[in-house]
Amino acid sequence: MQTLDHVTEGAIRTDHPDFRTGDTLKVHVRVIEGTRSRIQVFQGIVIGRQGGGIGETYTVRKVSFGVGVERKFPLHTPMVEKIELVSRGDVRRAKLYFLRELRGKKAKIKELRDNA
Amino acid sequence: MTKTQQGVLGTKLGMTQVWDAENKIVPVTVIAAGPCVVTQVRTAEKDGYSAIQIAFGEIEPRKVSKPETGHFEKVGVTPRRHLAEIRTDDSANYTVGQEITAETFAAGQLVDITGTSRGHGFAGVMKRHGFHGLRATHGVHRKHRSPGSIGGCSTPGRVFRGQKMAGRMGGDRTTTQNLTVQSVDAEKGLLLIKGAIPGNKGSLVLVRNAVKAGL
Repeated sequence: MQTLDHVTEGAIRTDHPDFRTGDTLKVHVRVIEGTRSRIQVFQGIVIGRQGGGIGETYTVRKVSFGVGVERKFPLHTPMVEKIELVSRGDVRRAKLYFLRELRGKKAKIKELRDNA
Repeated sequence: MTKTQQGVLGTKLGMTQVWDAENKIVPVTVIAAGPCVVTQVRTAEKDGYSAIQIAFGEIEPRKVSKPETGHFEKVGVTPRRHLAEIRTDDSANYTVGQEITAETFAAGQLVDITGTSRGHGFAGVMKRHGFHGLRATHGVHRKHRSPGSIGGCSTPGRVFRGQKMAGRMGGDRTTTQNLTVQSVDAEKGLLLIKGAIPGNKGSLVLVRNAVKAGL
């Protein structure tokens, strides 16, 4: 099979930090309001990464005023100004969908300690 | 009414996605279009109609039949794998031996793409015609994907012509009209077409400017 990597090469973003499921991110999203654009920060836990290549996406979950909010971002989208890695999480699963059922302290992810 | 058409033969490479100017994801099909060579110019005086014949694709000269070898020798080009004719009233503007590349088309233009649809083999009515089949329960006996009734009994006493039934599906010449050219990579000879086009990866496709554009 012939891959089409050479077509999408230019759009692949290499400036993002390495992050994985369970990490807490600050995603700086460009929001266009009429003619001007501003940056909105979406902070939450990565509950999964899906796909590969140019189409890879990740899901970030946060609890806002008691309501769970999930946003799915394409990894290589130009709409994201930058991704900030806030903390690494100690998880044993690739998808953290079980967090949706948990509230409060139970929905906390243990922080990953280096060499611990 | 005069009708001019541009066209180029190419290979479907597959699908991927790109971002447009508004940072929206656009699904695109990548076509390695051309380079094609004009092997014959048909004119109304000589052939009764006006068209150009284009050739595309590498082939080992050993595999080309003698008559075709002679046809290509007359033009003075190496033999190509595929030949296609494009009906156009401005065939006089083309010269034999002229190269046609992906640059024939520009970003934003509407095109029609012709290819051979993917073969599905002998397919049942549910896949082939979108029938709903029979029920899953309520006593249906081993006939869940069957078409059900195909007509009346003694009136009309026969099955109507054209009744949709199971059979060979796909592998037909199919044209998808009014697709948008997302971008053209002249250097690599690539056409990025918004949306899907008929055929398998690696299959031959004919890209022409849309007949219904501007209607």
